[in-house]
Amino acid sequence: MHAVTPRPKNKYRKVKVVRKIDPDANRFRKIVRGKIRENLKKYVSQGEILARQGKNIVSVPLPQIDIPDFRFGHTDQGGVGQGEGEEGKPLGGEQAPPGPQAGDQPGEHILEVDVTIDELADILGEELELPRIEPRGSDSIQVEKQCYTGINRTGPDSLRHFRRTFKNALRRQIASGLYDPENPRVVPIREDRRYRSWKTKSLPQSNALIIYMMDVSGSMGNEQKDIVRIESFWIDTWLKSQYENLETRYIIHDAQAKLVDSHTFFHVRESGGTKISSAYNLAKELILKEFSPSEWNIYPFHFSDGDNWGGDDTAQCLELLRETLIPFSNVFCYGQVKSAYGSGQFIKDLRDAFATDEKVLLSEINSRDEILPSIKTFLGKGR
Amino acid sequence: MMNNHVLTPEIEEWRETIRQYALDASLDFFEVIYELVDYDEMNMIAAYGGFPNRYPHWRWGMQFEGLQKQYSYGLSKIYELVTNNDPCYAYLMRCNPLVDQKLVMAHVYGHSDFFKNNCWFSQTNRKMIDTISNHAVKIRRHIDEQGLEVVEEFIDLCLSIEHLIDMYSPYFSGSEHRSEEDKDQERLDANGSRFKLKPYMEEFVNPPEVLAREKEQILNKIEEVDNFPSEPQRDVLHFLLHHGQLKSWQRNVLSIIREEAYYFAPQGMTKIMNEGWASFWHSKMMTTKILDSSELIDYADHHSGTLGSNPGMLNPYKLGIEMYRDIQERWDSGRHGSEWDSCQDAHGRTDWDKAEGRGLEKIFEVRRTHNDITFIDEFLTEEFCEQHKMFTYKFDRQQGQYVLDDRGFPEIKNQLLEQLSNCGRPRICVESGNYGNRGELLLKHDWSGTSLRMDYARRVLENLEKIWGRPVHLETIIDGKTKIFGYNGSRHEERTGS
Repeated sequence: MHAVTPRPKNKYRKVKVVRKIDPDANRFRKIVRGKIRENLKKYVSQGEILARQGKNIVSVPLPQIDIPDFRFGHTDQGGVGQGEGEEGKPLGGEQAPPGPQAGDQPGEHILEVDVTIDELADILGEELELPRIEPRGSDSIQVEKQCYTGINRTGPDSLRHFRRTFKNALRRQIASGLYDPENPRVVPIREDRRYRSWKTKSLPQSNALIIYMMDVSGSMGNEQKDIVRIESFWIDTWLKSQYENLETRYIIHDAQAKLVDSHTFFHVRESGGTKISSAYNLAKELILKEFSPSEWNIYPFHFSDGDNWGGDDTAQCLELLRETLIPFSNVFCYGQVKSAYGSGQFIKDLRDAFATDEKVLLSEINSRDEILPSIKTFLGKGR
Repeated sequence: MMNNHVLTPEIEEWRETIRQYALDASLDFFEVIYELVDYDEMNMIAAYGGFPNRYPHWRWGMQFEGLQKQYSYGLSKIYELVTNNDPCYAYLMRCNPLVDQKLVMAHVYGHSDFFKNNCWFSQTNRKMIDTISNHAVKIRRHIDEQGLEVVEEFIDLCLSIEHLIDMYSPYFSGSEHRSEEDKDQERLDANGSRFKLKPYMEEFVNPPEVLAREKEQILNKIEEVDNFPSEPQRDVLHFLLHHGQLKSWQRNVLSIIREEAYYFAPQGMTKIMNEGWASFWHSKMMTTKILDSSELIDYADHHSGTLGSNPGMLNPYKLGIEMYRDIQERWDSGRHGSEWDSCQDAHGRTDWDKAEGRGLEKIFEVRRTHNDITFIDEFLTEEFCEQHKMFTYKFDRQQGQYVLDDRGFPEIKNQLLEQLSNCGRPRICVESGNYGNRGELLLKHDWSGTSLRMDYARRVLENLEKIWGRPVHLETIIDGKTKIFGYNGSRHEERTGS
């Protein structure tokens, strides 16, 4: 049973007063969640959620949550208004959506509900029954953190604790009879001074690095890239909910590999041949330079249409994977997107070479509908 | 907890003063209890439709979230919230400046006066806060017994037809409009107690077998009559309550929803008049008495914010207040009656003044007897429409948007009345409870020029089928043809009717 328990992300969660409406609001959220879950496949394959992404919030359009009633078709109805203008003047305001049924039902009201990324990840987790990830070596990775924990008699002035200082001064003055209620002057002396003191705590921390690698050779078209984009959004969403500190790097490659930002990654024009080993080499260098495998949980994802330059390069890739990338990583994921031109050979080579290796996850994505199962393949192992 | 809601001394002082001004203006209101609330409490009460206690349902939560979101984006905030109850409860937003609190208090006295005196509110329950709390208790009990999902689902079904009531029925008490159940009951009662006698005589004078036979006859007769409503019944909920295959808890839930629908109906029937009346009085009291000169700008800003309309749209507050002002002026100067109507002389009309001075008296009379429809029908004039630059608009299919259609007075008036009739909802009645002699339900849409939205209507039929328990049908007109839409629990069908 892959039960998903909510992870307290922020330990010092604000204690909220329970309001009368909360049960109803919660019930509504639950229904919304159910609806999203029900339609998750649609949301994933259409990718419409991506366009509605805010910082931590995704706005999800939900049809059919309202209660139906007998009502008029609005366009037939017309109405009365007030203002200037000649007969026949357009009113502006509500515009009908363009399209074949233009004007049939303008101003269609679709309820948009804000859902946090965390919640979305939970829904994804529940629907795909994703296990929670056991971070690798979490106890070996320590982060030092300083917390103010107490009060000290000595310290720098910048940490002076006014309230405690004056309390002490007042206490001393009253005890020694120096306090005059008529003239309530409290003057701290050196012994009254109090300072905040701190302790250094070491906390275990879980860091994760995702390296997205994509083949941008001539055979990867827009549809293929869209699939990669949608899939990576959901992978991001899930891993973000699992790790406190998530870094993402993007590598594109044809015959050469380049480190790019996410915008370039998804929008670059396709061209050239394919040498997969170039990307693996770059990933290897990146890890060695910036992300020590002992401190980071590393997730390389490689998307390609499976068409490599030649047998030599494939051999080189397999060696790179075996020697470095796979030992560095929690899992190595390869997604093969179907394209009209690719031979789809690479996944077969990988399958032959790593048939028994649990750390290598392979999936073929033939259409948008297969994005969800593919995510399940990649993340379903809980590593 | 309650202490948080007590007015600050400053507001309390103003409340007393404004109350006195309202009395001086001869407003006759239910006592108003003001509570000071934070924005989320305000949104909460607003989400509950103005009541602090309601039965559990997700849609309150949905409305609440919507309000919270709008408020936090600064799109809208609720100024006033007032409940038709004796005493009236009204809520003031804690963070509002004093001038707003004054405005809202003055406005609320107008509403309270309207609730108390307008005849269309005369049949509403004035202890509705208690009643609605009791409803909440009852529904909670059903939830405990039946389970949340079952009850919630049934509430959803009922809500989809909650507007199918006969809004005008509370105002008739003639025998014709008594509920059929009462009539049945009467017939049965009359039978049982025909002769009041000493008990030992009973058996001889009213032999039991005769009584039983008569009772059966009456029951048969009732059955005959009740096979379908003898005339189309507007109160669909009532029909379902008495003829639907419902469990007792379902019947109770449905009757609660029906009762609340009847309670809220007059507010829909008098939107323009009610808001206009309250705005009329807040504006009068604020500008003549309450306002401090330093508050003038803020007041003007907020007042115009409430009364302003989007370009091209009609604001009920604005229409209402201007109509009252117009009526007051007309009855002050005597611009009404046949003499005025027949005067064709432009100069004569502009200079018309008979110094009747009956304006104030007239608007008080109007607020007592009219609802929005009769109000517009009787007092909307051609001059008024011209002065306020009113027009009708319609949807232009070629341009794919709404366009200004006509500035003619009859068109405007017709359009307005059309929009207001039945609160802008389609008129639906039960035509038969034994359609096709198969115990199926037939509803009829009383078509008045506008078609139904069929995607919604189909979903309503699905819900209705679950309540009725047998196939349901709806007769309506689409593109000039009579159509009958049916749903039998698994499949929709569509037939062209006769």
